[in-house]
Amino acid sequence: MKLLEFLIANKTEFLAALLRHILLVLTSTSIAVAIGVPLGVLSFRRPRLGAPLIAMANIVQAIPSLALFGFLIPLPFIGGIGARGALIALTLYSLLPIIRTTVSGLASIDPSVREAGVAMGMRPRELLRQVELPLALPSILGGIRVAAVTGVGTATIAAAIGAGGLGEYIFRGVAMVSNVVILAGAVPAALLALIADFGLGLLEKRFSPGRERSRSATAYVGLGLAAAMLLLAVGWIYFERSLGGIRVGSKNFTEQVILGEILAQSIERAGGINVERRLNLGGTLVCERAMLSGDLDAYVEYTGTALTAVFKQEIVRDPEEVNKRVAASYRATGRALQAPLGFNNTFAILVRKREAERLGLHRISDVSAVVSTWTAAFGPEFLDREDGFRGLANVYHLQFRQPPRAMDLSLTYRALADGQVDLIAGDATNGLIEKLDLLMLEDDRHYFPPYFAAPVIREETLRKYPQLAAVFERLGGSINDAEMRKMNYEADVEGKDVVAIARSFVERRFGGR
Amino acid sequence: MIDFRKVEYHYPNGQRVLDDVSFSIKEGEVLALLGRSGAGKSTILKLINRLIEPSSGEVLVEGRSTRKWDAIALRRHVGYVLQDVGLFPHMTIAENIAVVPRLEHWSEQRTRERVSELMVLVGLDQGEYGKRFPRALSGGQRQRVGVARALAVDPPVLLMDEPFGALDPMTRVEMHHEFKRIQERVKKTVVCVTHDLGEAFALASQIGVIARGKLAALAPPSEIAVSTNPDVRAFLETVPRLSGT
Repeated sequence: MKLLEFLIANKTEFLAALLRHILLVLTSTSIAVAIGVPLGVLSFRRPRLGAPLIAMANIVQAIPSLALFGFLIPLPFIGGIGARGALIALTLYSLLPIIRTTVSGLASIDPSVREAGVAMGMRPRELLRQVELPLALPSILGGIRVAAVTGVGTATIAAAIGAGGLGEYIFRGVAMVSNVVILAGAVPAALLALIADFGLGLLEKRFSPGRERSRSATAYVGLGLAAAMLLLAVGWIYFERSLGGIRVGSKNFTEQVILGEILAQSIERAGGINVERRLNLGGTLVCERAMLSGDLDAYVEYTGTALTAVFKQEIVRDPEEVNKRVAASYRATGRALQAPLGFNNTFAILVRKREAERLGLHRISDVSAVVSTWTAAFGPEFLDREDGFRGLANVYHLQFRQPPRAMDLSLTYRALADGQVDLIAGDATNGLIEKLDLLMLEDDRHYFPPYFAAPVIREETLRKYPQLAAVFERLGGSINDAEMRKMNYEADVEGKDVVAIARSFVERRFGGR
Repeated sequence: MIDFRKVEYHYPNGQRVLDDVSFSIKEGEVLALLGRSGAGKSTILKLINRLIEPSSGEVLVEGRSTRKWDAIALRRHVGYVLQDVGLFPHMTIAENIAVVPRLEHWSEQRTRERVSELMVLVGLDQGEYGKRFPRALSGGQRQRVGVARALAVDPPVLLMDEPFGALDPMTRVEMHHEFKRIQERVKKTVVCVTHDLGEAFALASQIGVIARGKLAALAPPSEIAVSTNPDVRAFLETVPRLSGT
């Protein structure tokens, strides 16, 4: 019943997320119907065109959803983060079942019925509208049902590119290691899927041929609904785009969300600038692509991460030098690196404290002797990065029992605490280190470059709002390691609201209103 | 009303279906085309409403070549009755009958009146059947609807493709009487395809026998009955004889 308490305590936010989720699915499914049914008719009438069309829809369907969301970010006009990219991806996913069922619905019509229509002098369009589509309708509705139900599930992943919805709770819950928050996203999503399945199932039955009904009325209602949905979608997409102001982003772990919120609130305090939050984006590269495509104006990046993961440069260990190189690379791509916020969120090689005490482990070089029987788990970024696992294993001669497991960064903390793995690479400032009784080993060979957090902003935006310079100046050096860890702890362990944590920081820093 | 002039038809693969078929039907005649399955009877119907065009020769409807007719206008000018299955399963009986009037953009009022009139004509109670769907009707009732639907915009020509083939013999005979009663009133030019000799004799004013893609004979029933043409005889032999006659 903690779940119920959580939902009641956060009801405004929850209802907004639920509504957004429903809108995402409704709109994408409607667009998919508007495109998919005509494509299905075309495929049926011209099989030579239809076969490759269906093959293409099949391929799209086979792309893992997170990958598809990722592909779409850099595309002009249709791609990007937020609702637009999500709607496109969800629509693409819904197309296949709708095209397929349209084709199979049309193919299952008794040929003599079609022949009767032609012989009575129906033109192809009249035949389609009056005979073929009505008879294929139950089959098409079946496809819409499949599309909507899977859409509810896929839309949870859309939170990774800042589209919001119930997925945000799931991602946040994973980051906070909180089952209640995960369930706040997962349970309503599952219920939504069941409701969609049941409702559309009823509709499907209702439209089977030979049922008593007022046919034209239902048809008009359906048509009106579809048209309204399309209008809504177009409006939504352009509204999101044309709001203006500054779009502030963050990656999808607690510290980033807090920093994004702090950045947003600080800018709002400067006055006269509308801030749009696009927090919880699915990783460094999502943020980077979104910035390059103009979907994101500012977010907080870490210097070492920018150097290695964004700009693919060699590891440098001198903080000043890192800062200089990163600033130059950002400048070359139309962005401006601002003054570092103060703290260094380096990778933390973490083990269970009890284990460390038993074995007398303090430094990373201490573990090379024991890891041959250990298992490690890392976030996908760490496995891939220049400053990640491969270099670490080389420098410290780490030979694990088996290759390290790749899993969601936030989940590695729990896996370590539960004893399922023995070593992970977390964030030095993460509040979970304390909560889960973990120990951070010292990087005694100075493998990791510095990771000072610093805001990055598009130069175009900075020119448009010159008053921002003062905001960044005041934020510079304002958060030290301890303060960042404290805020993370408040969010992850004490379960405080991120917005409130950020507000209290900003008020301390900028003075009350 | 309908003239075939040296009509040949073969499938795109070259297989010949009709070979040098010529005949005329006058207004108000009922022509029954007799022949085995695959003899080319249905092809003749499809040539009349331009579902297909002759490979050579001409088909004239009201003196005009079907090639010169607008196919859509021609089909709405020619009623078509198929075996049972031709009714639209998602439409009520009244809606089925109203299809062509609606295609022709008749007013709602006129359409409704016409539907009532036709249901009376074919002997179906509108209150009871108008709002039912085809699958709730018996075979004979469905065929009445098929006839009503084909007559909806009062076309001068009526084509019937094995209209009563799927009915049991008792119902079929009943439908023959019904057809004659209706034809008495509407006086259409009718071409009816059948492989049932009894049906041809019951309905037709002219009987044509098709064999191997050619028109073997065309004459009133009384002459067909005494014909010496081997193809016609072959058909007449199909009638079972009771012993002692």
